[in-house]
Amino acid sequence: MTVTLERPAIAAAKPARRRRLSLSAVTPYLQATPLALILGAFLLLPIIMIVVVSFWDYDFAAMYPDLLTTNYTDVLGSWVTWKTYLNTIKFAAIVWALTLFIGFWVAYFLAFHIRTTAMQMVLFLVCTVPFLTSNIIRMISWIPVLGRNGLINSTLVQMGLVPKPIEWLLYSEFAVVLAMVHLYALFMVTPIFNTLMRIDRSLVEAARDAGASGWQVLWNVIIPLAKPGMAIGTIFVVTLVMADFSTVQVMSGGQSASVALMMKNQMSLLQYPAAAANAVVLLVLVLLMVAGILRIVDIRKEL
Amino acid sequence: MSKAAEIDIVSVSKVYGTTTAVEDISLKIPPGTYCCLLGPSGCGKTSTLRMIAGHESISSGDVRLGNIVVTDLPPAKRGTAMMFQSYALFPHLDLIDNVAFSLKMKGVDREQRRAKALDLLKLMQMEAYATRRPAQLSGGQQQRVALARALITDPDALLLDEPLSALDPFLKIRMRAELKKLQTSLGITFVHVTHSQEEAMALADLIVVMNDGRIEQAARPREVFERPATAFVARFMGAHNVISGRVTGMRDGMVVFDVNGGGSLAARGQGQKMGQEAGTPIDIAVRTDHVRIGEPPSPGLGFTGIVSNIEYRGATVKLSVTGAGIDDFTVIIDDSDFFARPVALGDAVPLAWDPQDAIALGRLHS
Repeated sequence: MTVTLERPAIAAAKPARRRRLSLSAVTPYLQATPLALILGAFLLLPIIMIVVVSFWDYDFAAMYPDLLTTNYTDVLGSWVTWKTYLNTIKFAAIVWALTLFIGFWVAYFLAFHIRTTAMQMVLFLVCTVPFLTSNIIRMISWIPVLGRNGLINSTLVQMGLVPKPIEWLLYSEFAVVLAMVHLYALFMVTPIFNTLMRIDRSLVEAARDAGASGWQVLWNVIIPLAKPGMAIGTIFVVTLVMADFSTVQVMSGGQSASVALMMKNQMSLLQYPAAAANAVVLLVLVLLMVAGILRIVDIRKEL
Repeated sequence: MSKAAEIDIVSVSKVYGTTTAVEDISLKIPPGTYCCLLGPSGCGKTSTLRMIAGHESISSGDVRLGNIVVTDLPPAKRGTAMMFQSYALFPHLDLIDNVAFSLKMKGVDREQRRAKALDLLKLMQMEAYATRRPAQLSGGQQQRVALARALITDPDALLLDEPLSALDPFLKIRMRAELKKLQTSLGITFVHVTHSQEEAMALADLIVVMNDGRIEQAARPREVFERPATAFVARFMGAHNVISGRVTGMRDGMVVFDVNGGGSLAARGQGQKMGQEAGTPIDIAVRTDHVRIGEPPSPGLGFTGIVSNIEYRGATVKLSVTGAGIDDFTVIIDDSDFFARPVALGDAVPLAWDPQDAIALGRLHS
């Protein structure tokens, strides 16, 4: 009697345990599914489509599925493309250097010279206030400042410092760099501020105890420890500048070119496969730059 | 190594805004002394150390090292070196560069400073790890590197801010022996901040007990333990019962006083505490391990109380006794004595002690 009673009990217990086991094996995949779906649908799929389209043929009216490399030979064989790429890299380098310099000192001031945490947060929020408006508005608001009859020029002329308005203030490479530094400096301030706040203050005291002067502390302790933050800021700024087209278009008045602007022009001419090939080349270039930064600085500590 | 220097602190105060962290302290630390600044957190011991090191400005008073008044000198010009609580090793440098840091700041050339750093790592038996980063070391190893880094400047005095607090108990005892050995072999002055009276007694030649920004007692460990100057010292060092009361008179060279709400006790006075007027408040200390139980006390040297708690501690047994006006009087007796004549919870037991074990305590003038 007992035997017959036990048997179904064991039989019932076994599948239950197996079901629970299989569920626990699937759980991690289930948990990862939403993000995987989002990234797949909105990041991976579009990139694959761009890569596919970059091999297609096209004429003035339509695209034809194909496997041609002419789009790439057109991109890489053209003197204009090379010049545009160089120009974009030049913008990236100048903007990077300026934002790094400004960003480091702003972050350094916030982290080491503001005593109270409350004041630090207030000032940091002040830094983010411009970001409450859109990129375009912030960019366009430079026009009345820099224009021929703008604030700066009219002031200079009225003070008699210059005989006629300075032409290169607006619609020039200077204007492009100025607007970009304005737009992207915060992307450098934030990660550097973050790393500086994590530096143990007793390290600074230990350096002082060892006889380091203010500059020696900065050079030997603070800057080396801020490198991960600088690297993250650099990645932000470089990728943003490399992909920028609106700032270049508006602030240079169409006199300067960038890779993204070139792509936009190709798309307005319905040359989608050519733009796609350009996009793939730009993507590879930016990824190489990011990989280079990651090789130089170990940012894992910050993540 | 250079000659040890005397540290002379002359009525030094530290005021932060409206709070006084250190109030008018004076202290002479003879050359080559292992001095422990001991006290609870917030007592001003770390501020005092940081003022000696030069990491904290001195609000008033002076600090002298050897023959030089260092009050306004920067840390590196004082001839002191500090070891920080969390060691403050530079995470981006390997051990050699960490130890060689101060030489690099002085502009000593690379080969020379690395050779000297390696010598100090050898002294600390850390040369095998010379190319590692601090994060790859255990707490005890980090401490040795921090010591090497502090000693590379040949300081006259080494200042240690709670150097053992980050270590586990076992390592703490080992590193404490190493610290003592190092101080003996170098012969320089060590000033060590700690909140552990056990650590202070094990290490120090001179214990400075601090409370509320003031020095309660500065003396050799044995004197601090056996003849605590104040009620605070007696309580902080432990192993003492503190009883408060009001003086009624003198008898046989002892101060007689009434316990508030209890009987009359007597205590041996120390110096100026002899011959106090009747009615002045008085505290006395009675060693917990010098109390005998079950023996009728001679007048003023004991009382009868109710056992309120019994704790078995292996080699000893701790009894808590409540008497008239005396709450929670602790008695520590040997386990063999206890089990020879055991007492139970709620028993009334007579307690007695010898005249030399009842010490009248002083009070700080406020």
